[in-house]
Amino acid sequence: MTNHSSIKRDFKIIGKRLPRPDGIAKVTGEASYGADLHVSGMLHGCILRSPHAHARIMAIDVSDAIALTGVKAVVTSEDFETNLPAKFQDIADNCLARGKVLYDGHAVAAVAAVSKSIAKQALGLIQVEYEVLPHVTDVDAAMLDEAPVLHTGRAQETVPARYSENVTNYIEFGHGDLDAGFASADIVIERTYKTEAAHQGYIEPNACLGTLTPDGRGDLWVCTQGQYMVRENCCKILGLEIGKLRVTASEIGGGFGGKTTTFIEPTALALSRKAGKPVKLVLNREEVLRATGPTVSSSIDVKIGMTNEGRMTAGQAAVRYQGGAFPCGTAKFGAQAAFGCYDLPAVRTEGYGVTTNRPKEAHYRAPGAPPAVYAVESLIDELCLELGLDPLEVRLINAARKGTVASYGPTFNDIGLEAILQKVGEHPHYTAPIEANQARGLACGFWFNFGGDTSVSLSINADGTASVVEGNPDIGGSRASISMMAAEELGISYEKVRTTIADTGSLGFNNVTDGSRVTFAVGLATIKAARAAKAEMCARVAKIWGIDEDAVEWVDGCVKPSGPNAGEFPPMSLVEIAAVSSQTGGPIAGHHEVNVDGAGVGFGVHLADVEVDPETGATKIVRYTAFQDAGKAVHPDYVEGQMQGGAVQGIGWALNEEYVYGTDGKLQNAGFLDYRMPVAFDLPFIDTVILEIPNPGHPYGVRGVGETPIVPPLAAVSNAVSRAAGVRMRSLPMSPPKVLAAISKD
Amino acid sequence: MVRVKLWGSLRKFTNGAETVEIDAQNFKQLLDSLANQFPGLQAEIDRGVSMALDGVIYREAWFTPISPESEVVLMPYMEGG
Repeated sequence: MTNHSSIKRDFKIIGKRLPRPDGIAKVTGEASYGADLHVSGMLHGCILRSPHAHARIMAIDVSDAIALTGVKAVVTSEDFETNLPAKFQDIADNCLARGKVLYDGHAVAAVAAVSKSIAKQALGLIQVEYEVLPHVTDVDAAMLDEAPVLHTGRAQETVPARYSENVTNYIEFGHGDLDAGFASADIVIERTYKTEAAHQGYIEPNACLGTLTPDGRGDLWVCTQGQYMVRENCCKILGLEIGKLRVTASEIGGGFGGKTTTFIEPTALALSRKAGKPVKLVLNREEVLRATGPTVSSSIDVKIGMTNEGRMTAGQAAVRYQGGAFPCGTAKFGAQAAFGCYDLPAVRTEGYGVTTNRPKEAHYRAPGAPPAVYAVESLIDELCLELGLDPLEVRLINAARKGTVASYGPTFNDIGLEAILQKVGEHPHYTAPIEANQARGLACGFWFNFGGDTSVSLSINADGTASVVEGNPDIGGSRASISMMAAEELGISYEKVRTTIADTGSLGFNNVTDGSRVTFAVGLATIKAARAAKAEMCARVAKIWGIDEDAVEWVDGCVKPSGPNAGEFPPMSLVEIAAVSSQTGGPIAGHHEVNVDGAGVGFGVHLADVEVDPETGATKIVRYTAFQDAGKAVHPDYVEGQMQGGAVQGIGWALNEEYVYGTDGKLQNAGFLDYRMPVAFDLPFIDTVILEIPNPGHPYGVRGVGETPIVPPLAAVSNAVSRAAGVRMRSLPMSPPKVLAAISKD
Repeated sequence: MVRVKLWGSLRKFTNGAETVEIDAQNFKQLLDSLANQFPGLQAEIDRGVSMALDGVIYREAWFTPISPESEVVLMPYMEGG
């Protein structure tokens, strides 16, 4: 990592709340999303899905469907490559089932026809013969030896032998002497907590339009968090060369991790290859809920020892996550994050990844962290109540600081948790009066953040404007923040910079928009690209003046003579340098390609006031404040938006959102009428407090902010509801019937 | 030599050792030496791992230099949402 010891903190543009560059296009409907593209002669695709939770496919007969007038192609898993590396084979088998269907809604075949109605009609003509198998959808049941097994031979070498083959992943972290730690505690409590699967709930359903010619050249327009990832997955699954498929990301109506993989794109391309025409595939909401990836559901045991003064002496957690129909490693993040906020002398966490007859898990902001942190933060709250301690004080006593050995191994550097907790204590929310049936909950949260592969190209145009080309779909406002960093570095106004998102053929590789990486990593690469362009402009001016390159310097958007022997020259502005670029050597540009590291971990603390109606069990969020360290908030509106969005998604996960399965293994609530997400009238204004503790790994001190905000709310809300209801809730979501039942039982 | 801390479930491949000593000057050499010395780690390394070097997480950056006094922690491959 480059340690940016002289981190820039004095800014002209960074930190301002400037107009978003995509605002007008989005409010006027001009922006093009996944389903908005139409091309001449295109066909419409539809997907046939399994009516069973678990069944062997004995035969598929597509002859009647193909014979239907207007049908141009039908595909099954036979149209995909086989014997792929496990990661790609699982994606392929999830896109179109091979051998077995593994969950209700699993895709079996797809049709392309001249109209959507004909394609739908053709689905009814496909004959699939199934042998129905026993199914399992609960994580604890799936771990038992007698559970129906989805796959054989997929358990990793670390998995203990005592479990069903559904347990495919096992991981363990920790340090210190647990027995001694628990022995030195004044109180030790052990509890089990459960969370249900929640969907990312993006507004825009998955959609794409693909063309693939018989010679293996293709174009794909798709709503995704990563066009390069889509390209790689499609090429593996369809046996294509990477350079021959060009993928363009549309505007995106939300992803939140759910669009970091592929569900329909290889199918659209396979249909196009067979039909010889472009094929458009657009899912409806029922398909999104049944067959794209929600997050994991969980069952978690936590044990904590604490002294009467509130010092944690030991912590232990077993995190069991079901990740749906294919092996899922998300438990490793839960096991790492569970105690990530605390300085513990002894800690041990275990993570179990379990397959069940549910849709394949897809990542959701800070994947795996929210359930594990919910369990730990809930038990800390139970200990606070038991010992009569202030929950903020207990967090301050135990907070991870610089020099703390994290529960997952490394020693923390500069981190901001203690500062955030102090800010919480100073905030009026923490001491505001509370009314009858109301209570306040507090929870901390943590996420790692990372950088990853990043390419940026920056051009100085002849009129002094700048064009930045980057390769990450703009989900949370990155075009604004990238333009701001380019403008800051070049010393020109924000309005003079335009940032566009490249297709895969126009720029080097970029990792997916995930991991809270884009403002951090793409921002870093943009700054480096701008600095390269500035160096070139300095060289050009030195030539114009006939002096050495080291006798000029860049100051406030101009090149000036530097040093006693440089001579007297009037400064040349970027506009003046750009105007003579052709005469001085040709176009001026900078670019930077790097695997970025140094992201710096992110901490947040949330405060939730709730009111529980004792007659109905319904919970109302009365007041909510999110506190987070952003390193440097490049565009504070967007940072606040990330914090507010994460809080609201966490509130939904805590109170209402869940996948409800019947005893037949079928999803019972595949629509927004029955899958209850919070809407504006459910919520108060989500207040935010941004702290700026510089990240030494970024030239401006930036930290990623997108994922941490979904980590604390589950416990913050649960702790508040439990205190308001007078009974501890240990299972999410805390829907009104569940809360009412708990109150009545108590 | 650098001291590499391993996560708990990998220790069954290092005779229970939490920390192992490896001759390496960068991340790539560290991975190669780990797999050579402890073949049971090969499968995990092949699936992808990260490294925390003095508290900073690196993802498959082979040529990241490692000095003998650095804190080196092997971590699972980082992903996000």
